[in-house]
Amino acid sequence: MGACVVAVLAAAVLSGVPPALAAAPAVADSVPAPQPASGLLFSDVPNDAGRAIDLHWALSPDDSVRNGRVVGYRLERAPSPAGPWAPVDSVGAGTSTTTDGSVERNTPYFYRVSACGPGGVTPSGACAGPAIARSSWFNTTRASVLAFTVLFFLLVLYYMFLAQTGRKPFVRRLAGIDAIEEAIGRATEMGRPVLYVPGIQDIDDIQTVAGLVILESVARMTARYGTPIRVPVAYPIPFTIAQEVVRSAYLQGGVPDAYDPNSVSFVSPEQFAYVAAVTGIMLRDRPAAHVFMGSFYGESLMLAETGFETGAIQIAGTANVPQLPFFVVACDYTLIGEELFAASAYLSGDARLIGGLKGADVLKVAIVAVVIVGCVLETLGHHGLTVWMQTQ
Amino acid sequence: MRREIPLLLTAVIGGIMIASFFVPHEWASVPADYLQQCAVIVVAFGYVLGGANVFRVNLDAIFKRHRDWPYKLVLVAGLLVTLILGLFVDRARFQDPGTPSLWIYDHLYVPMNATMFALLAFFIASAAFRAFRIRSAEAALLAVAALIVMLGRVPAGDAMLRAIVDHAGVPHAIRAWRISDLQQWIMDVPQNAAKRAILIGAAMGVMATGLRVILGIERAYLGGGD
Repeated sequence: MGACVVAVLAAAVLSGVPPALAAAPAVADSVPAPQPASGLLFSDVPNDAGRAIDLHWALSPDDSVRNGRVVGYRLERAPSPAGPWAPVDSVGAGTSTTTDGSVERNTPYFYRVSACGPGGVTPSGACAGPAIARSSWFNTTRASVLAFTVLFFLLVLYYMFLAQTGRKPFVRRLAGIDAIEEAIGRATEMGRPVLYVPGIQDIDDIQTVAGLVILESVARMTARYGTPIRVPVAYPIPFTIAQEVVRSAYLQGGVPDAYDPNSVSFVSPEQFAYVAAVTGIMLRDRPAAHVFMGSFYGESLMLAETGFETGAIQIAGTANVPQLPFFVVACDYTLIGEELFAASAYLSGDARLIGGLKGADVLKVAIVAVVIVGCVLETLGHHGLTVWMQTQ
Repeated sequence: MRREIPLLLTAVIGGIMIASFFVPHEWASVPADYLQQCAVIVVAFGYVLGGANVFRVNLDAIFKRHRDWPYKLVLVAGLLVTLILGLFVDRARFQDPGTPSLWIYDHLYVPMNATMFALLAFFIASAAFRAFRIRSAEAALLAVAALIVMLGRVPAGDAMLRAIVDHAGVPHAIRAWRISDLQQWIMDVPQNAAKRAILIGAAMGVMATGLRVILGIERAYLGGGD
């Protein structure tokens, strides 16, 4: 019997059946080969770039837990019905669907399914094909996102246009933004630098972009007051941008000679190496104001708590919700979520940017309305809106 | 032209990336994939600039004998040693067992990283102490909610409540209450509602910032000003 088990396992491995499928009841000498699976159907996966084909078949009549004749199915494909056949996937007993995600678009494939068991491997009698994966022109599951995106863009552009014609919308005061100038003034009086941290993510995080945009306004203030600024940056691309932003701010402030090329420094993309460097700056240089604007993770509390211990005024802003409580606890002012993105408009006073804020606010009202309508419809048993809003 | 060309590139590439989200066809997805690969190359060049800055800033501080300059000497020496070993000794095998690069990673980098991370526990304790000082009605609400969540997340929380309830002889209906259920409700309902409101607002901000950048209205990242 032991020899039989080894033989079955070896045969299974050689035939491409995964070990999980090969671990069938060791009764190969008494169990007949399973009857074949049938009815193999294929369909192009919708809303993709033509990279996958869905496969579905009817289980072998022998596929049941009781008789143990089927331990799984092996899918193979070939460029023509004559072969050569190459394995695509293996699935366990009771499974009748899989997706071939390794196809080339616009290429015909033929598929066949084989039932595998301790008694052997039985290919299906016929193959299915040609199956051709074609790329879609529009991902219909994202129609709702497109609708809201278009609406959002139109609203923003409309309110930007209105703002440019002189109808500048009201923007409520943001204490955290107002406090930036106060903090820089305090640093100036104390003769200490300002520390600006634009998050610890790369430029592909939009919060880093927002942090660098706010840096421009902060650097203009430090240039105006003649206060040194320190900007440690975690990634090289934001570093080069931050250098250019600070240099330009000093140039536009009329004090290009006051720009210190060492004020913006590249540190390290490693999270805790960055923390060590920034907390070192806090403890050695004792900046009087710390401004944290961008994307933060577990290091947020370490930075803010160390800054708190030094007695500096601390202003933070992030859209990373789990880090907000840490900043709220350890900082004097915190910009929460969207306030981070509104800060540049607030600081610059540019009518077009402020108009954009109004457009975003109107869309928020629309989203709240959709949420309420969706709740009502779901309560009444209508799921159309919920289905339309689901995306892939 | 110094500003117009980057703005034009930003608008075109931003448009392609937005289109690729909705259009899976290869006419949109292939250029989008290609642009993302290009970004990796740009980042690689960025590291050269970043490395040069690290040398310049720290060597400057060493030569001018700034405060704590010996630490900067250690940093520059560590950077040079790691760089030379990786480039000239280990080359493509720098992740293989037994190589000096991997030894540096396992025996210097990992312990130092873990040490910094471990400090977080102490920072959380000091921050929690300040957060839970009850100075106002809002702070009291926060402290009570935090206490319930903390107790509800450990088995001892339910056991303690059961002991108190049994000892106090409260009505039978109240005895069925569990602090773990209450903490789950706090997490599922008020906490989730507030979190989602912040996330929706932040998502609007993300889209607005992206649109401003693509349209060239937000151009501070190019160096400020008009």
